[in-house]
Amino acid sequence: MAFSIYDLTSFNQWVDKGLNSVMSPLWATITEMAIIGVVFLLFYAVVGLFLVYAERKICGFIQCRVGPNRVGPYGIFQTIADFIKLLMKELVPINKADKFLFNLAPFIIIIASMMALAAIPFAKGIHAIDFNIGIFYILAVSSMGVIGILLAGWSSNNKYSLIGAMRSGAQIVSYELSVGLSILTACIMFGSLQLSTIVESQADCWLIFRGHLPAFIAFLIYMIAATAETNRGPFDLAEAESELTAGFHTEYSGIKFAFFFLAEYMNMFLVASIAATIFWGGWMPLHIGHWTGFNMVMDFIPPAVWYLGKTAVIIWLMMWFKWTFPRLRIDQLLTLEWKYLLPINLLNILVMALVVLMGWHF
Amino acid sequence: MNVIKYISGIFKGIISLWKGLMVTGYYFVHPGEIVTQQYPENRKELKMFDAFKGEVTMPHNENNEHKCTGCGICEMNCPNGSIEIISKSVISEDGKKKRAIDQHIYHLDMCTFCELCIKSCPSKALVWGQEFEHAVYDRSKLTKILNKPGSTLMKGVE
Repeated sequence: MAFSIYDLTSFNQWVDKGLNSVMSPLWATITEMAIIGVVFLLFYAVVGLFLVYAERKICGFIQCRVGPNRVGPYGIFQTIADFIKLLMKELVPINKADKFLFNLAPFIIIIASMMALAAIPFAKGIHAIDFNIGIFYILAVSSMGVIGILLAGWSSNNKYSLIGAMRSGAQIVSYELSVGLSILTACIMFGSLQLSTIVESQADCWLIFRGHLPAFIAFLIYMIAATAETNRGPFDLAEAESELTAGFHTEYSGIKFAFFFLAEYMNMFLVASIAATIFWGGWMPLHIGHWTGFNMVMDFIPPAVWYLGKTAVIIWLMMWFKWTFPRLRIDQLLTLEWKYLLPINLLNILVMALVVLMGWHF
Repeated sequence: MNVIKYISGIFKGIISLWKGLMVTGYYFVHPGEIVTQQYPENRKELKMFDAFKGEVTMPHNENNEHKCTGCGICEMNCPNGSIEIISKSVISEDGKKKRAIDQHIYHLDMCTFCELCIKSCPSKALVWGQEFEHAVYDRSKLTKILNKPGSTLMKGVE
């Protein structure tokens, strides 16, 4: 295939061989893990800073404002300046807080999103771990983040934080179901949970086109449920600035607050990249049937660009939702999930199974 | 019937959400709709609106004449004493002694912009100015003398 020019597998094997020839296999593995860890940490920081900037700009445009525009051209260094400020701020100790859990909570949230990041296929050959249950692994570790939120709310010894954390718990327990079922709908089509297989099987046609109506409904449900799962507006009851000051991270300051902030944006990136991988074909270029010329041109765009482009579009969709819709009440939130999304989702799985069984897809 | 209500409710909800998305989407792709003023950069073309209360001024015409008769009504009406009138007596053409303004002192640092002086002025000698960049390093610079040196009363104003 034409996109093999962008295949990094041989490069990875070359690095692996080189490391193994100079040191023992154990040390080679440790070195590789360290390299990947450093790359992911850098990626994490860059994505977080960029998304905060993008969010503020998009929100500004939607509200007829210009957004940050003072630090650097078009304000591109604004988030870096904010980050330096947060690094230098005092970490305010809380009297009567549970010190150990209070300090542990931001790390749990960060670790949950870091672990999920490991299984995401960024491009051909840029894929840290290719589990045969990749999707299941991502769902499992990313929902661990709610433990961090609950711990943060509980250990702060603050009513607002606890209310925010409890709301977040109720919300994630409900919406995890919709996320899982909508991904299951997609997986019926693939017949696999392995992310590399999922991407490869969309080489001819992305799932959202291949599975037409049921895939589209599953995509919509996934977008709604995933927005709720990342605690973003219009489902940001866990923070709810106007009611709970800042919800579960009211008592956090300085770099610990920055951890929550970064993790929120990283979760959004994760959720968007899962949507891009499952429904829009991940790093797979857009291929249309037998249009060989068109497919060749599309193959010349590197897979990483395809992947990041799709993810960016989905992130933009989520930001568009956030700055358009008002926040839901907790009962409306649960009504939406249990009375609407869940029944539609279950019906949609049946339709998808029928479509696959009868071969009514492209 | 409940099923019909349920399904139509879903579609109504989607349509109304889509309407909202279209409004914000329109603003997102139309940067010309941005209403924010880029203040220090647009200082040259910035024009304040007519009703803006910048500071109290006394307009003078091209012959250095103003309409202030020095009656002192603005000084009496000012709630916190921001205006001081120092009057003098001049001898008019027909030989009569007449009260006239010597200095109309305006303390911008005390002014609450209540507009009572402008509203109560019988000869409409005071108007709002559009200047708003009043920051100075010395408070005494905010004490202004509104009538220009050597100015006289406009003819026909009593």
